Amino acid sequence: MTAIDFSQKTVEMINVVKKFGDFVANDGINLTVHKGEVHALLGENGAGKTTLVNCLYGLYHPTAGTIRINGRELNVTDPNVAIQNGIGMVHQHFMLVEPFTVTQNIILGRETTKLMGILDLSAAEKKVAEISERYGLAINPRDKIEDISVGSQQRVEILKALYRGAEILILDEPTAVLTPPEIQELVMIIRNLTQEGKSIIIITHKLHEIKQVADYCTIIRRGKYIDTVEVDTVTEQELASMMVGREVSFAVEKKPQKRGPKILTIDNLVVEDNRGIQALKGLSLELHKGEILGVAGVDGNGQSELIEALTGLRTVRSGKILLHNKEITGALPKQIIDGYNIRTIPEDRQKRGLVLEFDVAENLVLETYHKKPFSWRGVLNHPEIYQYADDSAKEFDIRPANPYLTAKSLSGGNQQKVIIAREVGNDPEVLIASQPTRGLDVGAIEYVHAALVEQRDRGKAVLLVSFELDEVINVSDRIAVIFEGKIVGTMAAEGVDENEIGLMMAGGTS
Amino acid sequence: MEAIINDIGFIIGTTLMYSTPLMFTSLGGVITERSGVVNIGLEGMMFFGAFVAATVAYYTQNPWLGFLCAGLGGAFLGLLHAIACVSFAAEQIVSGIAINFLGPGLALFLSRLFFDGATQTLTIPNKIPLPLHFLFGEGKLFKSAGFMDLVFNRFATVYLAFLLVLLVWFVLYKTKVGMRVQAVGEHPEAADTLGISVYRIRYGAVIMSGFFAGLGGASMSIAVVSRFSNTLISGHGFIALAAMIFGKWKPQGAMLACLLFGGAKGFEIFLGAKGVPVSSSLLAMLPYILTIIVLVGIVGKTTPPAAIGKIFDKSGK
Repeated sequence: MTAIDFSQKTVEMINVVKKFGDFVANDGINLTVHKGEVHALLGENGAGKTTLVNCLYGLYHPTAGTIRINGRELNVTDPNVAIQNGIGMVHQHFMLVEPFTVTQNIILGRETTKLMGILDLSAAEKKVAEISERYGLAINPRDKIEDISVGSQQRVEILKALYRGAEILILDEPTAVLTPPEIQELVMIIRNLTQEGKSIIIITHKLHEIKQVADYCTIIRRGKYIDTVEVDTVTEQELASMMVGREVSFAVEKKPQKRGPKILTIDNLVVEDNRGIQALKGLSLELHKGEILGVAGVDGNGQSELIEALTGLRTVRSGKILLHNKEITGALPKQIIDGYNIRTIPEDRQKRGLVLEFDVAENLVLETYHKKPFSWRGVLNHPEIYQYADDSAKEFDIRPANPYLTAKSLSGGNQQKVIIAREVGNDPEVLIASQPTRGLDVGAIEYVHAALVEQRDRGKAVLLVSFELDEVINVSDRIAVIFEGKIVGTMAAEGVDENEIGLMMAGGTS
Repeated sequence: MEAIINDIGFIIGTTLMYSTPLMFTSLGGVITERSGVVNIGLEGMMFFGAFVAATVAYYTQNPWLGFLCAGLGGAFLGLLHAIACVSFAAEQIVSGIAINFLGPGLALFLSRLFFDGATQTLTIPNKIPLPLHFLFGEGKLFKSAGFMDLVFNRFATVYLAFLLVLLVWFVLYKTKVGMRVQAVGEHPEAADTLGISVYRIRYGAVIMSGFFAGLGGASMSIAVVSRFSNTLISGHGFIALAAMIFGKWKPQGAMLACLLFGGAKGFEIFLGAKGVPVSSSLLAMLPYILTIIVLVGIVGKTTPPAAIGKIFDKSGK
């Protein structure tokens, strides 16, 4: 089934070193890819995977080391050189001009023109349609980027590379933004491309995807080359240990539950989304002390609106929210945080969780800066704030442990640790965690899950909302399935039938 | 009846005349902002252009040479803005403010030098010509001071401005360069990864905007009137900027917005000429009040280029 031609090495990176000042991002990394091979680059967030491929694509210049393309040594000074040598890259954050059409984006920089630089868009559209058909990448050349799905946008990015004649395709975390069906589609596309003799380098930290799609896998840990393995000969467990450098447990360790009294009641809640359409249509839910209640469901069934209603960010049309049998519906966010001590790990850590331009210490006191000892009569007490941040960084293992760094400069996992340190550090009555492990690697996921379980074991209530069914099942004590703005079923997590939940999530009846 | 028709002709004619300087400058604004660089220095560039045009036209007696040099003068200030904002990643608003002080400062300094310490130039011998006169002779094509004459017998700059709207529209939407300008203004990183030089495109766009603003100033000082004075431009550059935003960053939209603001000016002059008993100072506020009303009315309905005002810096890599 594989299409590898071992006689042709398309990419050889030998002993590549990349330093940023004193920081060594890549420390002697080797990578060999053959024609028709899918090669995965595996490593934790911040391990240096993206740096390595940026060297290959000419966005960075390696400090030392050799790059050979098709056996010929090449000095990749900028992306133009890479493109000319058949290297294409799909960036993690798409490089697409939103108001442009698919065709315009694909031809940008290599436009088809008539006389005097006048664009010939109809010729370009024909050509784009041709390539899209040849590789089975379905798109409409005339659609605008802002109107098409994320999956389609990714296909446009791949087409952009193919249009430039790419033989070697780099995909930087291609599945991070995709829905499960879109991921399956991408897998098919990758297989098609290797059949056509393309080499694919795929960056990821999702192990099951590597098992599914890659032939070989190179593991990088903290900038260092660990090993290159044939994927079929190793287990996911082994890959995870190589990546993190220690044994990783996929199972969440939990003590037996000591379920306490009811603390939070949501009764018949109706909430509208931004377009004024009902997103929650009479949702009811009960949360007890000492339990993790997992809300399982497919994205877009009212999860975001539920969290926003609970945190006071969205108006409740009707229904009640009760804390200790006292109504708190319509409370302001500040009241909910300060007065009721309900804390949230938000869905989008970069938009709502952190002020990216602030440093770690400032982010840690975002909810408490106005209280003693952090301020006195309106004046901030910086020594106290930074002392507190130092302590938190140690306690919550935030790396690097420097409270003066901006939140922006931390890896995703460490950003999440800052948020957890802030929310959990305030000893909440109820902790709401929305998609708390999105985009994190296994090591960081393990950490987040342990933090949630610790809250539960201390007798606190945790509401977990996640699109990852595995996560909900592994972490929760009880599972509530949300579908089209309503809870369609509640059950104990232990011994639950995954298929049954899957069916309920899709709106089927069990 | 004929008097009313002629009155309408008068209003349309003055509208066209006063819209022209705004249109040149506004088109300059469209080009630079579509490439992602904010240029509030249009006012200063227009001011400087107005001075250069009148001075060159006075000394050479050739209005067209004055017109061209005004463009070059504006382009020079555009170059300064580009060096500050594109190469040195300066805050674009601050650089624009600096240009707005620099342009008038330079103009007044040179004016004192060339015109014996005066902050205005002497009257130029030849204004920008009226093409219909030139082609057909005075009063031959249309009856003098009749409706058609009032509307169509206008300075060459008026015709040029409309041609330029067409040209900018064509370049922006139908050519390779235009597509790249838009791409750089929306997503410079994307353009960069495709091997397009963001710096070069932005330099070109900012310099062009200065050139156009200079032409705008010239069409004021050597066509609408026949000399430069230090109160001549007084906010026209800012109105052109507002027109560009009101016109949703599109050449055709900017044109319509300029006609609206020019119309307010035309109406003001008409009322003044009719001796309407309203203070002329109050009448003179009409275009500016209209600017505020119109801009308040459209808040939240426009989408500027995504990367506007953001610094693009490659050096970090």
